[in-house]
Amino acid sequence: MRPEDLLCPTPRGLYCPPADAFIDPMRPVERAFVTHGHADHARPGNDAVMATPETLAIMAARYGEEFCKTRQPAAYGERTVVNGVTVSFHPAGHVLGAAQILLEWKGFRAVVSGDYKRAHDPTAADFEVVPCDLFVTEATFGLPVFRHPDAADEVSKLLDSVALFPDRAHLVGAYSLGKAQRLMKLLRLAGWDRPIHLHGAMVRVTEAYEALGIDLGETIRVEPAARPKLAGAIVLCPPSALRELWARKFPDPVTAAASGWMRIRARARQSGVELPLVVSDHADWDDLRRTILDTGAQEIWVTHGEEDALVHWCGTSGLKAKPLRLVGYGDEGEAEETPAEAAEAP
Amino acid sequence: MNRFAFLLDRLAYEPRRNAKIRLIADYFRETPDPERGWALAALTGALSFRHAKPGLIRGLIMERTDPVLFDLSYDYVGDLAETVALMWPGETRANRAPVLSEIVEGLTSTAKLDLPKRLAHWLDALDEVGRWALLKLITGSLRIGASARLAKTAVAALGDHKPDDVELVWPGLQPPYEELFAWVEGRGEKPFALDPAPFRPPMLAHPLEDADYRLFDPAAFVAEWKWDGIRVQASAGKDAEGRQVARLWSRSGEDVSGTFPDLIEALTFEGSIDGELLVLRDGKVQSFNVLQQRLNRKSVTPKLLAEFPVHIRAYDLLVEGDEDLRELPFDVRRKRLEAFVAREDNPRLDLSQMVPFDDWDGLAAARLDPASAGAGDDSAAVEGLMVKRRDSPYVVGRPKGLWFKWKHDPMTVDAVMMYAQRGHGKRSSFYSDYTFGLWTEDEEGVRLVPVGKAYFGFTDEELVELDRFVRKNTVNRFGPVREVTHTEAIGLVLEVAFEGIARSTRHKSGVAMRFPRIARIRWDKPPHEADRLESLEALIEAKESA
Repeated sequence: MRPEDLLCPTPRGLYCPPADAFIDPMRPVERAFVTHGHADHARPGNDAVMATPETLAIMAARYGEEFCKTRQPAAYGERTVVNGVTVSFHPAGHVLGAAQILLEWKGFRAVVSGDYKRAHDPTAADFEVVPCDLFVTEATFGLPVFRHPDAADEVSKLLDSVALFPDRAHLVGAYSLGKAQRLMKLLRLAGWDRPIHLHGAMVRVTEAYEALGIDLGETIRVEPAARPKLAGAIVLCPPSALRELWARKFPDPVTAAASGWMRIRARARQSGVELPLVVSDHADWDDLRRTILDTGAQEIWVTHGEEDALVHWCGTSGLKAKPLRLVGYGDEGEAEETPAEAAEAP
Repeated sequence: MNRFAFLLDRLAYEPRRNAKIRLIADYFRETPDPERGWALAALTGALSFRHAKPGLIRGLIMERTDPVLFDLSYDYVGDLAETVALMWPGETRANRAPVLSEIVEGLTSTAKLDLPKRLAHWLDALDEVGRWALLKLITGSLRIGASARLAKTAVAALGDHKPDDVELVWPGLQPPYEELFAWVEGRGEKPFALDPAPFRPPMLAHPLEDADYRLFDPAAFVAEWKWDGIRVQASAGKDAEGRQVARLWSRSGEDVSGTFPDLIEALTFEGSIDGELLVLRDGKVQSFNVLQQRLNRKSVTPKLLAEFPVHIRAYDLLVEGDEDLRELPFDVRRKRLEAFVAREDNPRLDLSQMVPFDDWDGLAAARLDPASAGAGDDSAAVEGLMVKRRDSPYVVGRPKGLWFKWKHDPMTVDAVMMYAQRGHGKRSSFYSDYTFGLWTEDEEGVRLVPVGKAYFGFTDEELVELDRFVRKNTVNRFGPVREVTHTEAIGLVLEVAFEGIARSTRHKSGVAMRFPRIARIRWDKPPHEADRLESLEALIEAKESA
């Protein structure tokens, strides 16, 4: 059989014909397998959604309980047969509940990675290597210039800056789902025991994390009137809020942002960031390559991000590879916010 | 090097000018000679190394990485030094990082053949930020948002001096500037300015906003044509041995004398003139398009000099003999300038003509029709008016309320985006350079022909949308270039503004636009409603017949 018999790219997303299901569909479908809760992967309006219990809970928190007709929770490692295809979800390390999806059919194993990272994250299950024949990998940071440093060191930079400028508020742009909670946890582990202030768009997801058993310490929603009094505070907000009027009402704010893109100076300066923190929930160049080799897959499909470099590297390593050029998945970013959350200014 | 690298890193992310000055001044205060002097040289662009060039860096990285991966990375990052700093296989084997003076000395004195090894050794010993700073030194442009002027301002801030005081002694100084630091810190004599033809930062104008000028009293202002050439400063004088020294400076303080030896030879006066560099043939001002053919040439041949004779049209007199006139009112300087130009009687030098007017409506009429308002045959090379307060001193920078530029309204055309490429510098990693085309019809049928390239004019928010459009509508890739959908039904219409248009044999379309930029993004307009190539050709014909 050909790998395309089990998985093929379509304008609605990756489609599995024998299971009659789409993975992370862009438009509503009858049956969806969802890797994780970011808005560019998990969209509302599908009939049946199979995902990890955490991802289903996050989707419900973001879109409301009516985000689909039927939910099918799949715990990590649990195997379910759908129209003859055995489907199982395995930790991807990206955000809470994020999974790689393994499809087994007629002795052929295909893994769709969704988004993933190898570095340890205290708010997500560690990535698990799943041996397979076909590996569909993301490539958000698929260039050799991307090597992510230790996230704990980046959080120390933030704390150093807070110590250096106790009269200024520190505004940290971070994605509402995953990045924000990881930062909160890292701050706690680094000994920051004061309350962490949250932009309204982050509150619901943070509550969902707490309900799923991730303890993030005391968080306070930023009320408009409180902004001028937040000297010395750490405030988390969506990256887009850094550029809005909302951000200017804080005392002499230091603009920070936590993202893998912060490694590129021009990207940091484009967004007016003074304190770039290189913290990413995606695999860096070294980890993308390591993971491809670890899976043992002979065929590699590369989706969203910098496909060309990774496809080229696969070729030089004797692996068959092609870019999928799926349209619709964000760069780590904008698309990861839901419109409702983005609108939810405090 | 680590301290200097740390300074550059902080400067790169600090948006506030005063904070930048403070960072630099603090660094100068805490860093001993000669380290800080070399840093000042780096910040003011005074360092240049004969053998250490970008090619050397490329060679080193090519030996250590896959060339395809390097090209893709460079295309993405948009900055050679940063790409190499990030990709360098980081192995810190040395137990100490080199200091700045050691690097400057090494880059200057190491033989060409030994340089790659020496540089690789330093790169191994430095961390990522250190590597970036070192490679920035070699590639020349620091791109950290700190100008030479800013660095000199920081030097002045070490003592009780004005930035202009530093500017005046600057031409006589050499790195590592120990006597300069001694002077500003009150430990030494004021250095003697040895350069008889120094650069003096020019005075710049604000655009004239429709709403404000009618509030001004017309009698307090004068107007002259704004010529479409290159703003230059011609400085000349006698050195200590009594020899004539002449230099031509660009607006930003770059010495462009080498490109214009014919003009330099003609600068026999002592003083400093602010003016416009123009090509004149038989007394007639040529278009910028003609001037451009004289620029960007590697070698200046006698043929080039004969075909493109350059002149200076004088706007202002800054210094006459050893008298600095800049504090005097414009009216007085203008009288001095008129007398000066008359006395010089130099065929390479003439006087900018004033445009008389009684009221703002009269001046607006002159702006719309320069040919009948005195510019005559040269009106095609006029790009608008300069409006200056009669009592304005010559102030460095862009002071408010003194000088205004009142340019012609640009021409515009609705074009269709055809190709896109990633930008450099500030626009790095975004698809920000767009090739656009207009419709034409020939034996191949109705099709778009590329007419130009634009890479600014849009806001940062618009850039994000344009970038997204390019990514979602890519139909082809040619290396770094993406072809985007451009059919009659689907595609993106860009309203392109431009300052001039001329025939060109270098462009497939046969036309070349001057200074094209995106005026508006027409998300609302279907591509088949974009303009046709004939509309540009008609503009050229109209100009030619005029």
